[in-house]
Amino acid sequence: MITAPFTYQRASSVDEALGLAAAGGEDAKYLAGGHSLLPLMKLRLAVPETLIDIGRLSELSYITDEGSHIAVGALTSHGDLARSGLLGSELPLLAHAAGQVGDPQVRHRGTIGGSLAHADPAADLPAVVLALGATLVVQGPAGSREIAAADFFRDLFETALAPGELLTEIRIRKPEAAGWSFQKFSKRGIDWAIVGVAVQGGSIAMVNMGSTPVRATAAEQALASGASPGDAAAHAAHGTSAPEDLNGSRGYREHLARVLVGRALEQARSRS
Amino acid sequence: MRVTVTVNGSPVTADVADRTLLVHFLRDVAGLTATNVGCDTSSCGACTVLLDGLSAKSCTVLAAQADGSEVVTVEGLARGDGALHPVQRAFRAEHGLQCGFCTPGMVMASVSLLAENPAPTEAEVRAGLEGNLCRCTGYHNIVRAVLAAASERQSS
Repeated sequence: MITAPFTYQRASSVDEALGLAAAGGEDAKYLAGGHSLLPLMKLRLAVPETLIDIGRLSELSYITDEGSHIAVGALTSHGDLARSGLLGSELPLLAHAAGQVGDPQVRHRGTIGGSLAHADPAADLPAVVLALGATLVVQGPAGSREIAAADFFRDLFETALAPGELLTEIRIRKPEAAGWSFQKFSKRGIDWAIVGVAVQGGSIAMVNMGSTPVRATAAEQALASGASPGDAAAHAAHGTSAPEDLNGSRGYREHLARVLVGRALEQARSRS
Repeated sequence: MRVTVTVNGSPVTADVADRTLLVHFLRDVAGLTATNVGCDTSSCGACTVLLDGLSAKSCTVLAAQADGSEVVTVEGLARGDGALHPVQRAFRAEHGLQCGFCTPGMVMASVSLLAENPAPTEAEVRAGLEGNLCRCTGYHNIVRAVLAAASERQSS
């Protein structure tokens, strides 16, 4: 199974990538690790005319301590996130969740920026950056701008990125509340989460409970009002519109959300 | 486009269509057919090779992305004199294969796993091979083989 024909171009700098994207127009797509995009292209669910390979922009692969926040380059692989000592001490939620993405081969090639820009609601890292209140830095023809994670995910596979814009950095403030947890329920190790939950302090975000990653707002409010983890978790599915598919009905996912949020809040509390 | 990939130590250059997958470059251009196309959807791991030292599913990498890179396939593991790689020896000794279709990918994923974690526990081996499916379900002996290869290397 191969993709539809396209023109391959390789960028050797961010500026060159932006120039190639501007020339390619709406039918051009950036290619990072390719582990979300190439499978979709084989199925003809994505048919870009031009692929701009940014995979060699090593200047976009880094994890640095900026004092109040951690900066993660968009091309940092899941494997590098999972093994990072800096993330292990400052943002263990991100390191742990990155180690749960796909399988080792996928983690060698897949990148955090690719995962976020792809915006699959069943993916792990979009919910993690939402729980962490990350800021996403993008560069485009008109310069650089910052987008809050809460404003980034618009719909199924749809983000606030304008055509030609490139996600370059993820900035995450060091959490004030230390307790964290990541819960992922799937049938096999390599599967996407049927439902997943990321918790940092009192912030709760869920995987695969809507067309975007979503905050469990009602559960967060209950928790903030003094409810126990178990009582707060009872509100986890409130206001969500979970998908129905072969892996589960909406009701099953709502049940999973309540169970996993309860487990996540208990674990986060034990770590705080 | 013109692509050069160093495969098992030898450069292979060819003009290929931009959409050529690395697995097809290896099989059809380099003529190395041990790397199998299984699911073709990056699930099964039968196409696993080492790409610049790290395991990767070659059905989900463009040949163009691998241009200038080093690839090792299972054909590249044995030494020139035919002596098998320790992981290959262990798969044979522990009967870590049944039909053999998943074996090239299993062996390459195991080599990558042991490079990153030379002394894995059984649980770490199972987690480390989560990206490789054996439809004969011969997992027990595969895990035993990886543990045997690890302990042989520790004792040598």
